[in-house]
Amino acid sequence: MERCAARGAPEEERRVRANAREYNEKFQYASNCIKTSKYNIVTFLPVNLFEQFQEVANTYFLFLLILQLIPQISSLSWFTTIVPLVLVLTITAVKDATDDYFRHKSDNQVNNRQSQVLIGGVLRQEQWMNVRVGDIIKLENNQFVAADLLLLCSSEPHGLCYVETAELDGETNMKVRQATPVTSELADISTLARFDGEVICEPPNNKLDKFGGTLYWKENKFPLSNQNMLLRGCVLRNTEWCFGLVVFAGPDTKLMQNSGRTKFKRTSIDRLMNTLVLWIFGFLVCMGVILAIGNAIWEHEVGVCFQIYLPWDEGVHSAVFSGFLSFWSYIIILNTVVPISLYVSVEVIRLGHSYFINWDKKMYCAKRRTPAEARTTTLNEELGQVEYIFSDKTGTLTQNIMVFSKCSVNGHSYGDVQDVLGHNVELGERPEPVDFSFNPLADPGFQFWDPSLLEAVQLGDPHVHEFFRLLSLCHTVMSEEKSEGELYYKAQSPDEGALVTAARNFGFVFRSRTPKTITVHELGRAITYQLLAILDFNNIRKRMSVIVRSPEGKIRLYCKGADTILLERLHPSNQDLTNVTTDHLNEYAGEGLRTLVLACKDLEESYYEDWAERLRRASGAPEAREDRLARLYDEVERDMTLLGATAIEDKLQQGVPETIAILTLANIKIWVLTGDKQAPGSPCAETAVNIGYSCKMLTDDMTEVFVVTGHTVLEVREELRKAREKMMDGSRSMGNGFSYQEKLSSSKLTSVLEAIAGEYALVINGHSLAHALEADMEVEFLETACACKAVICCRVTPLQKAQVVELVKKYKKAVTLAIGDGANDVSMIKTAHIGVGISGQEGIQAVLASDYSFSQFKFLQRLLLVHGRWSYLRMCKFLCYFFYKNFAFTMVHFWFGFFCGFSAQTVYDQYFITLYNIVYTSLPVLAMGVFDQDVPEQRSMEYPKLYEPGQLNLLFNKREFFICIAQGIYTSVLMFFIPYGVFADATRDDGAQLADYQSFAVTVATSLVIVVSVQIGLDTGFWTAINHFFIWGSLAAYFAILFAMHSDGLFQMFPNQFRFVGNAQNTLAQPTVWLTIALTTVVCIMPVVAFRFLKLDLKPELSDTVRYTQLVRKKQKPQHRCARRGGCGGGSRRSGYAFSHQEGFGELIMSGKNMRLSSLALSGFTARPGAAWIETLRRKKGGESSPDTAAKG
Amino acid sequence: MAVNYSAKEEADGHPAGGGPGGGATAGGGGAVKTRKPDNTAFKQQRLPAWQPILTAGTVLPAFFIIGLIFIPIGIGIFVTSNNIREYEIDYTGVEPSSPCNKCLNVSWDSTPPCTCTINFTLEHSFESNVFMYYGLSNFYQNHRRYVKSRDDSQLNGDNSSLLNPSKECEPYRTNEDKPIAPCGAIANSMFNDTLELYHIENDTRTAITLIKKGIAWWTDKNVKFRNPKGDGNLTALFQGTTKPVNWPKPVYMLDSEPDNNGFINEDFIVWMRTAALPTFRKLYRLIERKSNLQPTLQAGKYSLDITYNYPVHSFDGRKRMILSTISWMGGKNPFLGIAYITVGSICFFLGVVLLIIHHKYGNRNTSADIPN
Repeated sequence: MERCAARGAPEEERRVRANAREYNEKFQYASNCIKTSKYNIVTFLPVNLFEQFQEVANTYFLFLLILQLIPQISSLSWFTTIVPLVLVLTITAVKDATDDYFRHKSDNQVNNRQSQVLIGGVLRQEQWMNVRVGDIIKLENNQFVAADLLLLCSSEPHGLCYVETAELDGETNMKVRQATPVTSELADISTLARFDGEVICEPPNNKLDKFGGTLYWKENKFPLSNQNMLLRGCVLRNTEWCFGLVVFAGPDTKLMQNSGRTKFKRTSIDRLMNTLVLWIFGFLVCMGVILAIGNAIWEHEVGVCFQIYLPWDEGVHSAVFSGFLSFWSYIIILNTVVPISLYVSVEVIRLGHSYFINWDKKMYCAKRRTPAEARTTTLNEELGQVEYIFSDKTGTLTQNIMVFSKCSVNGHSYGDVQDVLGHNVELGERPEPVDFSFNPLADPGFQFWDPSLLEAVQLGDPHVHEFFRLLSLCHTVMSEEKSEGELYYKAQSPDEGALVTAARNFGFVFRSRTPKTITVHELGRAITYQLLAILDFNNIRKRMSVIVRSPEGKIRLYCKGADTILLERLHPSNQDLTNVTTDHLNEYAGEGLRTLVLACKDLEESYYEDWAERLRRASGAPEAREDRLARLYDEVERDMTLLGATAIEDKLQQGVPETIAILTLANIKIWVLTGDKQAPGSPCAETAVNIGYSCKMLTDDMTEVFVVTGHTVLEVREELRKAREKMMDGSRSMGNGFSYQEKLSSSKLTSVLEAIAGEYALVINGHSLAHALEADMEVEFLETACACKAVICCRVTPLQKAQVVELVKKYKKAVTLAIGDGANDVSMIKTAHIGVGISGQEGIQAVLASDYSFSQFKFLQRLLLVHGRWSYLRMCKFLCYFFYKNFAFTMVHFWFGFFCGFSAQTVYDQYFITLYNIVYTSLPVLAMGVFDQDVPEQRSMEYPKLYEPGQLNLLFNKREFFICIAQGIYTSVLMFFIPYGVFADATRDDGAQLADYQSFAVTVATSLVIVVSVQIGLDTGFWTAINHFFIWGSLAAYFAILFAMHSDGLFQMFPNQFRFVGNAQNTLAQPTVWLTIALTTVVCIMPVVAFRFLKLDLKPELSDTVRYTQLVRKKQKPQHRCARRGGCGGGSRRSGYAFSHQEGFGELIMSGKNMRLSSLALSGFTARPGAAWIETLRRKKGGESSPDTAAKG
Repeated sequence: MAVNYSAKEEADGHPAGGGPGGGATAGGGGAVKTRKPDNTAFKQQRLPAWQPILTAGTVLPAFFIIGLIFIPIGIGIFVTSNNIREYEIDYTGVEPSSPCNKCLNVSWDSTPPCTCTINFTLEHSFESNVFMYYGLSNFYQNHRRYVKSRDDSQLNGDNSSLLNPSKECEPYRTNEDKPIAPCGAIANSMFNDTLELYHIENDTRTAITLIKKGIAWWTDKNVKFRNPKGDGNLTALFQGTTKPVNWPKPVYMLDSEPDNNGFINEDFIVWMRTAALPTFRKLYRLIERKSNLQPTLQAGKYSLDITYNYPVHSFDGRKRMILSTISWMGGKNPFLGIAYITVGSICFFLGVVLLIIHHKYGNRNTSADIPN
């Protein structure tokens, strides 16, 4: 079982030699075996019991059990404690065993995956767990990387290889990794087997984007960076095979280092419960002390004289000692105020709620065939108290699918779906999509609803043609044609893919490219353009251009880019068109679409020659190459003619805006933390803002959206301060002249900020966030952020996500929920009180770390508003009742103490004490805890405000607890004193004594069972058949067991154990007894009913009102009250530009490096520009990689 | 809008999972069993249910009805209780004037026994059967150590327990190495005063017949308490045991009649049924009504002869003799009647108050009140 070796001491640096297992074994690096399970068959029982007895409650009961074995103290038989204790331990052990079994299973599955390891010069299939550090393993396309590898060589030229890192950081675009030049030539197995390079690198850490090390081989040193590493969890894509050297394995991999320790999450109710249990212990000790003092006094005053009939026990010589013993005796009999069944009942209820979540078919996604899953069963009620939601964007809010949605060509906007009368058609009643069957190369997956655009194409509108020609030419997409007409595009950003696909369907099919040409099928006609230059994209330029020569010989520049940039670079003659297009752009932006502006420009042959010459010189320049290039690009991209604009929809998951709207109405604050970072400094703020708009987090009604993008501490601080000032100003102007000035300076900043009128939003990017999260600014940041209605943090690292969550957790004392789909969300999912994973996608890291998982963001509203709310309600009602019933039950002993010489005599039969909590009263309250509903599920969606009591912690808090306790004590007083009053002098109807101990016990017990049953009946708001069965069944069981225990048969067998023989029939035949029970019941219940009625009548909760309405007017048509935020109001000028693009691909294409030789029509490339683009790529991505090697051209 | 380009879709069709526990969820296509949750009322939490709610229409009538039921019951109980004749004499003898004062400091083994006579007058006649009780105060029969100090197995006639009583009986388990029968503190402290009642008419004392059988529960007499099994007389059966320390006579000499002797002696059984409270009364004797023409105890002078054996003065105990008739609900019980009347009235009154409050300030729960 123990296959995974334990880890050694932390290392300073790591030395790994390839193909040298003996050498590497010296260091005792962790093997590639992972272990998440806790027990094996042998260790299960001791370890599990040890863990269970670490629970204070269990130890306490063990202690009680030991106390009960001391005869002088024992006031109860041992079985009253051991039966429930064993029951509880068994249930927990079974649960732990099942959990661990599944962990074993999944560990085994992962450990037994196959990989090809180069051992002794041959490739062998080995299980993952047998892979050692220093091994060379071979990966094939679409395989998971088994460990953190140093890429040695690959099937692709220059040792390139493509990986998808979705598992690691949630980014789905492909990334390029490259082997160091020296190793990339080790192409065959025999040379690899001889490879004996040694890697010296940093010790294992969790930084996904950083790696530092050196490769020593053949007396040469080669620096290594993250660019050379394939990390465990990545998937190899578009690369036939590659070889890698295992550097980190198993628990040392960055993936596992990032998965962190599994922290045991507790709910706030748990914590409250623990506090209360401690208080109750305190209370218990107080009562014990009071009664012990009473006992000492009694023994001193009365008992000492009463010794003629009842001598003191052996060894008891003083009243004080007797009092001491009686203290322990009372601790034993009063321990039922903290019933052991509390914890186990809570677990059972949560388990029930978890099953309801698993069973909910409304949270089942048919498309992905994934039901919702409650992966932890301990957090359910906290779902009803969430105040902050931290959501990932890609894959959670959006589908990461880009859809060409609208476009504006020559001042005409296409894409709105219109009916005959020209009105925009609402979603859901769409006509048929446009038929692209004329085009044999069309992508069948593409849909467009506005037929007029296609008509324009077919009518030969030159603007539209030029528009699509641009889309088909100006991009860096690679095409692959597996068979004739079966085109596949490989785009490095989904935006581009969407645009090229759109052009393809409208008849401008990008067919293939070489480094010097682009072949396009224009309406069936194959045209090959000469590709003269790609003016690549970067984040300062925010645009990209291509310069092509058409077959006719005309040279043209096509440019696409951000509206803010491009509109300024147009020829002045475009002014009218620009105005119209700007209107369209605003409209698109308002809908949350990602926009690009397209423009073109004819170039004179002579001018181009000149420019090209200068470009050649610039790109070959040893220094300031970047700047010179930028200037040249800038020069040519001027005075362009506007062609139009595109609008791409970053497709949201289904129902996201509605869900966010409802959650907002439920007073839940939603923060979007997105890890998108297509390239350093990319316009992710715009992307995130766009999503914010499209999912209705941001609206045009908002007073202001603050964007914090500062790069230094001071800038960030300044920006935050400004934002706060603006909010202050806003609230001052709205505050009816009330001055906040004096408060401003004080520490009451929080309250002031939270009282801000007007809606603000905050957008902050990763750089600034890093500063904002520093210890001296975090509070400032939090105050600002919390004053905003919506917060969007973009380009945040996984660690920052966790930090943000931690920050809110730390200062806000609010329940947080994190939802995400990728491995980059794992840290925040683990940090938040509740982690939700989006399941059903290929990555399951997030799901594995999560507490709940389902496949659609929209299910969140059901999880919180229905399941969470009910769970919270049920748990609170359960706890209130549970404490009540145990106080009512136990406190009777306290009162009785005053009448039995404080001798710790119990009021009840010992069997009643044993069974009260586990049989007579457990099931009805469990049924309530599992099944209760105050309002039907539809209502909780209709009235999101119903969620508020949970956030404000209204249903179970210290106050409610004291009310329950008070009610319990009140009941216990009546429970004792009413029978006392009745029985004191009374006699039976046959003249015998009524107030004998056993009759008294039966009377009190019976009235107690009846009273608590009536009380649970009052508390139960939702009487299903099961509730009926349990409530009536418990009463029936009580009487059945009572009569059985008091029967002749049992007594004959065990006369000393069943002393109450004949008692039930004798006592319960007395009318006086029943009159007493009835009186007690009415007196105990009547005030409760009166109070509840008054509360309901005078100050009803929203849920009461809803419930009442529901009952009174069952047929009433519900009005949908969840306000839909209306469409965009227009107005604000906002750039909808967003383009997830990465620099460097233009050069890659022009160099032809990434094209297979087979697919190259022309072989006109040399090795020289190749080195340049690689260096560029390196410099831009790796950043820190050595600059001295970059200086050549 | 439609799928135009999907980075994720491109990646579809690859084996799912990765990292720890990879592949736990579906993927890879193939035989995926349906994971769609069942559409049953139970699993979807749509079980039909009764959803009671406290409305004015239910709560207020309930209060009135409870009031209207409780008040008559209370009055009934009160009247019944008042019709019961009860006469009580404290014969502890604490007051120096009391005839029993001389016996105040008796001990268990004082010989000859101290006797005293108390004369009293019944103002009203007792018509039906009269029950004679002895009452003890400040006597803690409910003390934990006292309650458990018995061996029910022995009392049930188990022969092994007879000779080897339970440890619970300590320190009254054995005496001079012989097992005590019946063992334990309860048995040891059995009440042993003898009370005799005389009617005094024209200076002649007529003894009133006191019936000593039928005072214990049937189940106690026939199930719970049994003499040891075996042949021979009781003396033989109790061979090898010794009497409780305080008792003057062994258990088989409690009564002359064999069916009221040994463990099944009813006085003993009554004593062994411990009281719940430190002040209690236990049935001592029955006085049956002889004929329909005469009351059981007519008004007049009586005298109570007490053989005073039972010391209670040391712990401030009190001893009483009570004569009482009973009704369907037992003896005199003023508390229950008053409690019922009070609770009934409160309910009724509360009903009225709630009605007024509801009428004046009540929330007419309408959907219009639902804020959003």
